[in-house]
Amino acid sequence: MSGTGDKSYYWTGFRMGVPFLLVVMPFGLLFGVVATEAGFTSVQTMAFSSVVFAGAAQFAALQLMVDDAPILIVIATALAVNLRMAMYSASLAVWLGEAPLWKRALIAYVNVDQSYAVSINRYEDEPHLTLPQRIAFFFGAVTPVCPMWVVATGLGIWIGDTIPDWMALDFAVPICFLAIIAPMMRTLAHMIAAVTSILLALLFAGLPYNFGLLIAAVVAMMVGAQIELWMARRTDEVATP
Amino acid sequence: MSDSYIWTTIIVLGIGTYLIRFSFLGLIGGKDLPDWALRHLRYTAVAVLPGLIAPLVLWPAATDGEVDPARLSAALVTFAVGLLTRNVIAAILCGGATLFGMIWLLGAY
Repeated sequence: MSGTGDKSYYWTGFRMGVPFLLVVMPFGLLFGVVATEAGFTSVQTMAFSSVVFAGAAQFAALQLMVDDAPILIVIATALAVNLRMAMYSASLAVWLGEAPLWKRALIAYVNVDQSYAVSINRYEDEPHLTLPQRIAFFFGAVTPVCPMWVVATGLGIWIGDTIPDWMALDFAVPICFLAIIAPMMRTLAHMIAAVTSILLALLFAGLPYNFGLLIAAVVAMMVGAQIELWMARRTDEVATP
Repeated sequence: MSDSYIWTTIIVLGIGTYLIRFSFLGLIGGKDLPDWALRHLRYTAVAVLPGLIAPLVLWPAATDGEVDPARLSAALVTFAVGLLTRNVIAAILCGGATLFGMIWLLGAY
């Protein structure tokens, strides 16, 4: 087992992670600005980014908090946004499950969408990798991204109020999210789930405690799963005349 | 927003998110989830995020909830570019350009 081999996998992962800075930096910066504008102190904003460490969920929580939603709704909705990470955790466990507990604990903490995606692609492309090589690759991929998420949040706090009105910063969050969601529309099931989510969220927008979004999300998830089943059955039928 | 509201959210959300991330990695040699669970989890992101932003796109607070042509067209362009190119950065840049272009054209500020 050569240490240099593991080291080179660390740097391969690092190089794969660097391009994601283009998404993480503006997103983190924006979180710093928006949270500060919402009335968070800089300590609270920094704590939010470093403890929760999940951009989409942080924005979702912040949006609801600004609307004065009850805390249970804030937490339930933000955790719903993060449920996808249970799936990441399950698929990483297949490749990294034999690692020592403290390493798995650390991997879990820094497991974000981008690092998950590049790592799992690499593991599937090169199934012969040793466990230390897989771990090295994973930590390489997160190294450029994760610290910069927190640094970018700090920069956002610092820039804070100096951003002028005409920059329409209020709309940076929807634009970022739309840009992230659009490439997720991989199948008909994903699209129908998204449309369901939109229609129900708008329909239930008047419900108290922002309960509408949770209903919309749960129904949309079930609709996506059902469409997937239905499509699978249909291809089966076509395949076996 | 009270301090306790903010801190409770940060701490509970931090713990909850960590437990989700650790869940299967924490179980040694974690085996696969049952099919039905995976099938639902695959759709969490597309089930939550579109619903979260739909009201922000249609009824922006910045225009007191009135439908705004600049923001609506920026949203459509962002989504269309993201769908066609699968490139997050390209989508953000085109959406931003549309937003500023429309605001400038309409003289909104």
